[in-house]
Amino acid sequence: MEAALGSTAAQGSEALDTSLVLQIDGLHKSFGGVKALDHVSLAVRHGEVHGLLGQNGSGKSTLIKILSGFYDADGEPSIIIDGRRARLPVSPEALRQHGVSFVHQHLGLLPSLTVLENLLLLDLAIENRWFMDWRAEARRARELFDRYGLRLDPLSSLSRLSPVERAQLAIVRAFDQLRRSNAERSRGLLILDEPTPFLPAHDVEALFKLIREIVADGASVIFVSHDIDEVLEITDRATVLRDGRVAGVFETAAMTKAEVIRLIVGRHVDLERMRPPAKALPKPSLSIAGLSGGAVGSFSVDLRAGEVVGLTGLIGSGYSDVIYMAFGATPAQSGTLDIADDRVELGRMSPRRAIGMGCILIPGDRLASGAVPGLTVSENLNQPVLSRVTRGWALAQAALIRNARVLANRFDVRPRDPTRLLGALSGGNQQKALLAKWFQTDPRLILLDEPTQGVDVGARTQVFEAIAAAARSGASILCASSDYEQLTAICDRVLVFKRGMVTEELIGDRISKSAIAQACYRAD
Amino acid sequence: MSKTTERTRQRRGAGGDQGPFVEWFERLALVLVWALTIALFGFLRPESFLTWSNFATILGSQAVIVVTALGLIIPLTAGDYDLSIASGLTFAGTLLAVLNVNHGAPIALAVLAALAGGIAIGLVNGFFVLYFRMNSLIVTMGVGTFMHGVTLWLGDQQTISGVSEVLVDAVIAWRFLGVPLGFYYALILCAVIWYVFSYTALGRRLLFVGRGREVARLSGIAVDRIRLGGFVCAGVMGAMAGVLYVGTTAAADPSSGLTFLLPAFAAAFLGATSVTPGRFNPWGTIISVYFLVTGITGLSILGVSTFVQDLFYGGALVIAVTLSQIARGREERLA
Repeated sequence: MEAALGSTAAQGSEALDTSLVLQIDGLHKSFGGVKALDHVSLAVRHGEVHGLLGQNGSGKSTLIKILSGFYDADGEPSIIIDGRRARLPVSPEALRQHGVSFVHQHLGLLPSLTVLENLLLLDLAIENRWFMDWRAEARRARELFDRYGLRLDPLSSLSRLSPVERAQLAIVRAFDQLRRSNAERSRGLLILDEPTPFLPAHDVEALFKLIREIVADGASVIFVSHDIDEVLEITDRATVLRDGRVAGVFETAAMTKAEVIRLIVGRHVDLERMRPPAKALPKPSLSIAGLSGGAVGSFSVDLRAGEVVGLTGLIGSGYSDVIYMAFGATPAQSGTLDIADDRVELGRMSPRRAIGMGCILIPGDRLASGAVPGLTVSENLNQPVLSRVTRGWALAQAALIRNARVLANRFDVRPRDPTRLLGALSGGNQQKALLAKWFQTDPRLILLDEPTQGVDVGARTQVFEAIAAAARSGASILCASSDYEQLTAICDRVLVFKRGMVTEELIGDRISKSAIAQACYRAD
Repeated sequence: MSKTTERTRQRRGAGGDQGPFVEWFERLALVLVWALTIALFGFLRPESFLTWSNFATILGSQAVIVVTALGLIIPLTAGDYDLSIASGLTFAGTLLAVLNVNHGAPIALAVLAALAGGIAIGLVNGFFVLYFRMNSLIVTMGVGTFMHGVTLWLGDQQTISGVSEVLVDAVIAWRFLGVPLGFYYALILCAVIWYVFSYTALGRRLLFVGRGREVARLSGIAVDRIRLGGFVCAGVMGAMAGVLYVGTTAAADPSSGLTFLLPAFAAAFLGATSVTPGRFNPWGTIISVYFLVTGITGLSILGVSTFVQDLFYGGALVIAVTLSQIARGREERLA
């Protein structure tokens, strides 16, 4: 263990600042030639809350994943945790020994277990205990909760907890973990990776109170967030990443919100100026009215044939729920969808009905909801048109393969062999296959969720072209995405969501990566 | 960045580039093993094993297991287990015998009633699994045990003999090429299922439902209707197997049919390693049934005790599932 940790302090050549709990220098990481992190450094002081800010794709999550040991870094970066140099890739034992603990966005709690079981989950996962003194554990848990002012019953089921109570439990658990594995040092580093996006404003306040108490007890915190207001409120200092580089490090007290936005979004002219020319569009032929349910308060939109409308916002603002509710994939509370003369109550919508009306959905989670990886490309592609290729009494196998070949050619799905399993294709080719599967039905309303997630750069352009071609042939398109560059490249109109409502509409030339980002981060 | 992350994490399908020879070998391996088994026992006991009457007996007597196993692969393809199929078999047999023998109902009516009983069991399974979103393994285990109780009560825990000769004739007595007609019924059923699985949109939908329920739902497939159909098919085919069983023995035994459950599962899973490897398929299933019974018959001709049957079926089930995992890593897991 000691060998892996490298217990000596950093060599004399590098300045070792004892006021720092974490010091990273010269961190590089690239994926297939694309630089995700380029000479990134990060310094977190003892007893501070340090913000880590940046847009999607800025390198934030890569940095966190290197710290948590999910990725190795390129080259020989220097990562010094509490005066000790960490070996890469970072191992879970090393994190424990160094006193680093994570709370990920999805919290890592199991709803069907009790609060106490969840609290002890990480211990139970790695330690063998032959006698659990539940009574003593419950007492300890109560003391812990009392200390941080949480009103939680250790023996109640986690499923009865509100979202904020769950977030609090996850944070207290991480801190408790830190405490016990690292007792003699009484310091530690807690990394909170976007813990707030699903919480309403007053609950965020309760969470911040907890974070302050934990810091007062000697821990340091890295607070990863999209939300500038939150960062301005809770952090002492912050590091901003943009395009894989450090765009700036600042003392929070000395910054205004506008300055922070400028750091995050960047002033330089965006590279994505591939805006489509403004189109002359006919009158609206399709509309969604009064849609509510999930995180969506109320949503209405009129769509013209050939129009591409982007939906975006911060995580949890409801923009992607619209897509699934319009299709009947998740239940809506109310609302109607009108396509030409067809009207349907969205509360009673089902995927089957939606497809019958000429709607299609390309879900974000490709392998779980979009395609069956264990079946062949041909089987996946032909699924919506099985009845069409049936000749007389039987499916014409040759016709199925022929149809799959034609589609693979049209959408450039590689390799061209449609008898391959879909799961063996690259992400980009899987996505092109999915577009092919549904676009062959000549849909009138195309619902897309993150259509280029996990798609490489080359295929990305092809996906854009396929979407543009579908629009040219008269389909209306709703595309939910948190990728502003993509929205800029394909949309005629972008609707920005905040807390379940559309708060801003960007049309035509007003759409740009920075304009969307500003609209997302702007307070209402 | 998340994009690149996704890409690196993308699971590349393993294999996929094997030559046509390997593929054909994989498809036909089971047939080859079967042929080798026959050759081996034929070499050891040519006088008793290598006779047409021995084969005719093997082919005819196993029709019940063939139909049961074929009934299983329908819900299995849709991703559901049916452990109640063997109790459905004995229930249908007992119902038929009670109506025909005790109440003097015409045999045709008794057969129809037995089949209706099978459909009812399928509907009950489907109702609990689909309406209450329960695990099919548990539901069908419970329903199966319950139906076994009903069967014992219905038949007064006795074997009912004296079932109409017509049924016995139609199943076992009348022969074509020396093989009882029961075998040909199973063969016809096999062909029908093969046709539906391979050449109809319905077969493809069944496969989609089994492999990707959420994908199927979002593709507009009526997932629940298909799964219910799977349970009903299994129920009715279990009942058919029950009718064949009564025809084979000319009597209805309320319990012995239960022992067919494991051989049927073994055959279904072993069948999924051949013909179309990685998928439950009727031809593979029927070949598996006969391969397993050939081995058992051969060993018993050699004078090995009856416990060999359990060794053979139990071992085959585990080995079959293991093979289907290893041999076809590129197809999704079956179980």
